[in-house]
Amino acid sequence: MNAQLKPREFPLPSSVKVISGTEGAQAAYPYHIQFSKADDQKFWFYNSMHFPEPMSAFDMVTAEAAYCALGASNTRVHCLPTTLGIDHRIINGRVYIGGNAVTDPKEIVRRTAEFQKRAFYYYQNWESLYAHWKQKMLKLIEDAKAMPDPALPEFEPLEHVHAGRGIASNHDLLVTYQKTLEGYFRMWHHHFEFLLLGYGAYLTFFGFCKKAFPEITDQTIARMVAGIDAEIFRPDDELRRLARCAVELEVDAHFREGASVDDVMRSLRAAGEPGRRWLEELQTSRDPWFNINVGDGFYHYHRSWNDDLSMPFSAIPGYARSVRAGEPLDRQVERLRVERSQLIADYRELLANEEERAAYDQMIALAHRVFPYVEGHKFYCEHWYTNLFFNKIRSFGAMLAAHGFFANAEDVFHLTHYELEAAIIDLMNAWSSGSEPRGPAYWPPIVAERKAAINEWARHETPPALGPIPDVIDDPAIVMLWGITRESLDNWLSAGAATDSNEVRGFAASSGVVEGIARIVKSVEEISRLQQGDILVCRVTNPTWTPIFQKIRAAVSDIGGSMSHAAIVAREYGLPAVVGTGNATSKIKDGQRIRVDGGRGIVTLLH
Amino acid sequence: MIVAKYISWFRDIGLDDRPKVGGKGGSLGELHRAGINVPAGFVVRTEAFEGFVDVLEQRSPLRARVEGLAADDLEGMGAVSRELRRRIEDAPLPADLQQEIREAYGRLGELRLPPAVAVRSSATTEDAADASFAGLQDTYLWVVQADSVMRKIRSCWASLYSLESLSYRRRRGIAESTVAMAVVVQTMVDARTAGVMFTRSPISGDRSVITIEGAWGLGSALVSGEVTPDRWVVSKITGEISVREISDKAIRHARSPVGGVEELPVEEPLRREPCLSDAELESLRAIGRQIERHYGRPQDIEWAIDRHTQQILLLQSRPETVWSNKDSQTAATRVSDPLLQVMNIFGGQR
Repeated sequence: MNAQLKPREFPLPSSVKVISGTEGAQAAYPYHIQFSKADDQKFWFYNSMHFPEPMSAFDMVTAEAAYCALGASNTRVHCLPTTLGIDHRIINGRVYIGGNAVTDPKEIVRRTAEFQKRAFYYYQNWESLYAHWKQKMLKLIEDAKAMPDPALPEFEPLEHVHAGRGIASNHDLLVTYQKTLEGYFRMWHHHFEFLLLGYGAYLTFFGFCKKAFPEITDQTIARMVAGIDAEIFRPDDELRRLARCAVELEVDAHFREGASVDDVMRSLRAAGEPGRRWLEELQTSRDPWFNINVGDGFYHYHRSWNDDLSMPFSAIPGYARSVRAGEPLDRQVERLRVERSQLIADYRELLANEEERAAYDQMIALAHRVFPYVEGHKFYCEHWYTNLFFNKIRSFGAMLAAHGFFANAEDVFHLTHYELEAAIIDLMNAWSSGSEPRGPAYWPPIVAERKAAINEWARHETPPALGPIPDVIDDPAIVMLWGITRESLDNWLSAGAATDSNEVRGFAASSGVVEGIARIVKSVEEISRLQQGDILVCRVTNPTWTPIFQKIRAAVSDIGGSMSHAAIVAREYGLPAVVGTGNATSKIKDGQRIRVDGGRGIVTLLH
Repeated sequence: MIVAKYISWFRDIGLDDRPKVGGKGGSLGELHRAGINVPAGFVVRTEAFEGFVDVLEQRSPLRARVEGLAADDLEGMGAVSRELRRRIEDAPLPADLQQEIREAYGRLGELRLPPAVAVRSSATTEDAADASFAGLQDTYLWVVQADSVMRKIRSCWASLYSLESLSYRRRRGIAESTVAMAVVVQTMVDARTAGVMFTRSPISGDRSVITIEGAWGLGSALVSGEVTPDRWVVSKITGEISVREISDKAIRHARSPVGGVEELPVEEPLRREPCLSDAELESLRAIGRQIERHYGRPQDIEWAIDRHTQQILLLQSRPETVWSNKDSQTAATRVSDPLLQVMNIFGGQR
């Protein structure tokens, strides 16, 4: 693109065409999330942070449930003064969102009064409400775990009949499905119950620091606030514990590089008492700490450690070697705590006067108060619960596949949740009438068409934003959750001019400069390609990936901010990291030599 | 050894001695006391200047000639300036002062032969945080031999009678009896790299970062603006380097074999390479922080790295003045209900 001819505005939604041949797949999404002419009046941006890949028909439930809950919290529960909720639309598998700002000053005043009665109550009673939240969340998880896998016996079990149960097993399918769906929508309400308030308190401190110390880095502020024993570190802590157990029980030699999970499990089972005891320890760690997904849990194919043990097992040999070498393995929690206090005290000392120090004390106290939730909710909501949810849907997929609806269970994710209910009812009817279900003739070509559409959509770029550019982005929800400002929009508009540069820019997440060989890792299956000393270049990382940080020299991701998983763990390991580059995995070639400057957020392609 | 009447070594003085050793001398003594490496040296105190001027006064009036000038009489001022400068530069120093300077200079020579020194004026009003008299007096670099040192001391004193200095004093009505000058005589650093350091961002006023600028060779190339320095911004607290600007440093200043300073080209690829290592940046950060803590306020610092020992030496430190005068803006204040702080985010910025 010629630099002089860069576009001044983004395309209108109505000008974005459904890619030819994918119209059927596009039509699967419900009417209320299809773009209409009226949407041309509004500004939309592509939510590549949460939905970086084209969405399959079922996975759109995540957007639907999440925005339903986010908006309710903002608009109706806490009454944020300057913003309502977020609208979402989908085209070519890409999720676009647009915020609804409140601009009428009178309305802002009215909502401010409501906000202070509601949100302030949450701040004042944070710990007890958060304890209550954890109870609710654990109950929800228990309920989800207790739900039976769907099954249709040939004859209703005799004990049901004798007990006068009065409903047959086909009805249980509907109950389980609807409860599963209801649980997912409910989980997202829990997810947003505190979230904006938590981010708001954090950003209050963040904004103050940026004003008092204009050149302070985001990562330094993050370090002052971040928790030290947050849930996010637990899965990796458990792996270290298991590695230590393996050495103590002298079973660590069973974890050979390159051995499959089945081989390792077999040889541990054959290893007598020590093997049995280690497997018991594994069981303790798995529930719940291996319920972390290889993505952020928004897609059905973000599987967990529990679903695939190869990731955690691949990390054990390295940790076991460290134990054998007598190296300290545990995170130095006390040292980290002391360092954090020192950091806070050092910045405090530099403030101009006692007034500023008093304000600083007030703001960091609040940030520390809210942060356990901000960090902790992800494990319960986006990992543990979404994992249960998608696996339950998968079990419906397996049942439908067994009845000939699909070639395999995973195909279920190409139906919307409305269509899935219809397919389940089709099967319920067939089971009751004794006829054949209609689904086996109906769904396979549709699934094939939608799979092809997803592949096609993934091959096309999509505009970063649509519609008229607002003069100012003053919506705290948009700024907080997506980091989108007027400045970043201007960068998007001029991005075309910079495509031939040999630099990739992102958030400076963890400082330090290193050079090395880039290893593009697009999925968890490719992790085994990482060699000691490589630089990890990936779409996004999450707690599952933590153990590989012992192998790499630096990390670069397409997605994420200074509080993202990759950033937090890189700081923990003292590795340079640049996150949220947008396009590192497509611009950098596998095996290419690159320089990562984590202090400036710049990746340089060397040749 | 005789007790020095006119000379003080850096180790024996501090900021409190400024009335007698001037701003520069007091600051160097203070740094030395704080445990900072400064090039070895001594101060020729104001008593020496006063004694010398008293002798001149006995021959014919000097201070009265200045006080008789009108602030706007530039022509008359020029004539008086020329006359007084010549009288100062031509008159011999008193014998006891000569002896003290020769002896002290000789002791600097124990460190390296032949001792090359900087002779720098250290006015009693200069470098004070409130009145900037800086730049009106002279500095002479790479001075060798005691006779030359004494000549340059007289030149420093004479610079008090430059047209600019006289006009400055006449405009402000400063009494001549209060005017005095000390002179710093300090070993030159044969610098591999030299530069400046601000313990507060000159751009944003941020107190949490240290800005370091440096170039190859002597600091004069950078101070005079003949070379664009490399520039780093380092977090004062964490040491993270947030900005690294490595510039093309085409020339450097070096000690000339024929005396003084010469300009030399910097060869490739050195000219495009950083003139400081990360370890040196880290040492400078620690030094900057130590000096700032010692003085209790942000500082502008000149430093150099010795070509032979690779040791970092501090040449000068003075309080930062630009931002400290703007300090009235407060980022936020305490509020009765701490929760009201969140309205900064939720209340909208319209």
